[in-house]
Amino acid sequence: MSAAPLLALDAVSKRFVRRLDAAEKIVNLFGGNRREEVVHAVDNVSLQIAEGEVVGLVGESGCGKSTLGRVVAGVHAASSGRVLWRGRDIDSLSGAERREATLKIQMIFQDPMSSLNPRMRVRDIVGEAPRVHGLVSSGEVADYVDRMLLRVGLDPSYKSRYPHQFSGGQRQRIGIARALAVQPDFLVCDESIAALDVSIQAQVLNLFMDLREDLGLTYLFISHDLGVVEHLADRVVIMYLGRVVESAPAAELFADPNHPYARALLEEVPRIDTRKRVFQPVKGEIPSPLAPPTGCHFHPRCPHAMPRCREEAPALREIAPGRVSACHLNEA
Amino acid sequence: MTRETVLEVRDLRTHFFTKAGVARAVDGVSFSLARGEVLGLVGESGSGKTVTGFSLMGLVDPPGRLVSGSIRLGGEELAGLPEEGWRRLRGRRIAMIFQDPMMTLNPVLRIDTQMIEAIRAHAGVSREAARERAREALARVGIPSPDERLAAYPHQFSGGMRQRVAIAIALLNEPEVIVADEPTTALDVTIQAQILYEVQKLCADTGLAMIWITHDLAVVGGLADRVAVMYAGRIVEQGPVDAVLDAPFHPYTHGLIGSVPSQNRRGERLTQIPGMAPSLLSLPEGCSFAARCPRADAACTVMPELSELEAGRLARCHHPHRTLETARGGAA
Repeated sequence: MSAAPLLALDAVSKRFVRRLDAAEKIVNLFGGNRREEVVHAVDNVSLQIAEGEVVGLVGESGCGKSTLGRVVAGVHAASSGRVLWRGRDIDSLSGAERREATLKIQMIFQDPMSSLNPRMRVRDIVGEAPRVHGLVSSGEVADYVDRMLLRVGLDPSYKSRYPHQFSGGQRQRIGIARALAVQPDFLVCDESIAALDVSIQAQVLNLFMDLREDLGLTYLFISHDLGVVEHLADRVVIMYLGRVVESAPAAELFADPNHPYARALLEEVPRIDTRKRVFQPVKGEIPSPLAPPTGCHFHPRCPHAMPRCREEAPALREIAPGRVSACHLNEA
Repeated sequence: MTRETVLEVRDLRTHFFTKAGVARAVDGVSFSLARGEVLGLVGESGSGKTVTGFSLMGLVDPPGRLVSGSIRLGGEELAGLPEEGWRRLRGRRIAMIFQDPMMTLNPVLRIDTQMIEAIRAHAGVSREAARERAREALARVGIPSPDERLAAYPHQFSGGMRQRVAIAIALLNEPEVIVADEPTTALDVTIQAQILYEVQKLCADTGLAMIWITHDLAVVGGLADRVAVMYAGRIVEQGPVDAVLDAPFHPYTHGLIGSVPSQNRRGERLTQIPGMAPSLLSLPEGCSFAARCPRADAACTVMPELSELEAGRLARCHHPHRTLETARGGAA
């Protein structure tokens, strides 16, 4: 990628700290040893996303993929590191410039019921933001909302209804229409189809693909469903306990995963084309992010772990053009 | 299959008598299950798959009622059994695993208390013998150091471990049949694979028969011997997993399989089933899938029978997809 990426993350970390409460502070005054608990939800992640690219971000619960998505969308501020939009640090922008940059990045959530205000009618949910941001005048809002609803495959005559009057798939379409209404360039989809039935999932996935084609949107598609990511993404980033372990073009990754965790994860994916298979699971569970293992986070579950893996965290290294992986095995 | 049949369900009907009308959640479901067999019961939300499972356990609460049909477990008729009869049966000869293991586990009792209680409710054994059996059951589902874990409370387990405990409890009295309702849906992929691995081993080793209720065709493909697809309270297709997933007869099964992203169709549009599932309160006359079906015609205003189209393969359709050139057209 020679052109400046649309969005870049530069060593972004997000830490959540549970501060000591009054009682614990008093215990400490009397010689107790209570410490603040820190979760490194996202640990030093760098990532570039080119214009028009669909990047799939996968990992299991607690790996920090949603937190990373929220940092990108500006819901959470990064604890350290920079988020660059078209080459410029969003934090360094101010006023109108910043508003414009953040408006261009929109997020679509997992649960459409909890992300839509149940007391607002659809026309207000979709129409409010573009009006407030001066994208359309008050007189044109009604037409604009109609166009947005048609765009996502909803009948505009339903626009006076409330969210609870729609089915799950339709609600997710309302969430998409709301995001599209402010004319974004970049969509962060956080498990956006996970709560939907299979046949409805296919409808929404197709909608995402159509929108990409018609509007040239760039996506960060966060999902635990590898089948969906494989179908949609150009590039896949795999996270484990807050760190990126592998990032590669989708076809290459699924054909030949490099990192032992990526390999284990891909093998576990139930596929409709594989029958009566013998499941051979990775051992162990995902460790608590409160006390991640030293060195490489994956070493307690890794079949290839060496003494070095316990002590030293492997860095992400390029193993092929456009492909990076964080594993000591690649250095041999 | 010449294996002995353990469970025989005939024309099961469970209806819910609500203020808004009668919802025919399960409407004429028939299937049988052999020893050591895994039957995948597949469907989307509201298709009646869970209510079918609950009916087999005698767990349907008002306003729901088992209206008619027969459930024969090892030759004994269960339909119409008084509550006392169900109590003697449940957990001993037929057991259930729920999606959320906390439906099975009592959060304020230690695991050993709960397990010993479950054993002694059905068998007159000493506490020590019961405890030993509980320990064995935990070990069988792959829980490390079962002796220590017996003394733990449910909240001290991770989600995957809790689901294992729930499975261990279901196994305690060596039932003939286990009804598993989406037991891995809430789990991560690597943990799901661990559970599927244990379940597969159990069925092969002990001759346990299992009904695996899920919306995930890929899991069914990997685990089940036979599959039954439900739509709007009825089984629309039934047969061996390979045959059904490779060459489905019913247009709904066809659409469902097309909706799942698969390896060899990256980036292509997914087949989508137009519209959504009908309300169970106002099912259309005739085939309930007709309104969404690309093959529907005048014949479909009459409800098709579930008929055997090939040996061991049933479908409820006037216009099934034929693999071989045997299509005669017209109504069956």
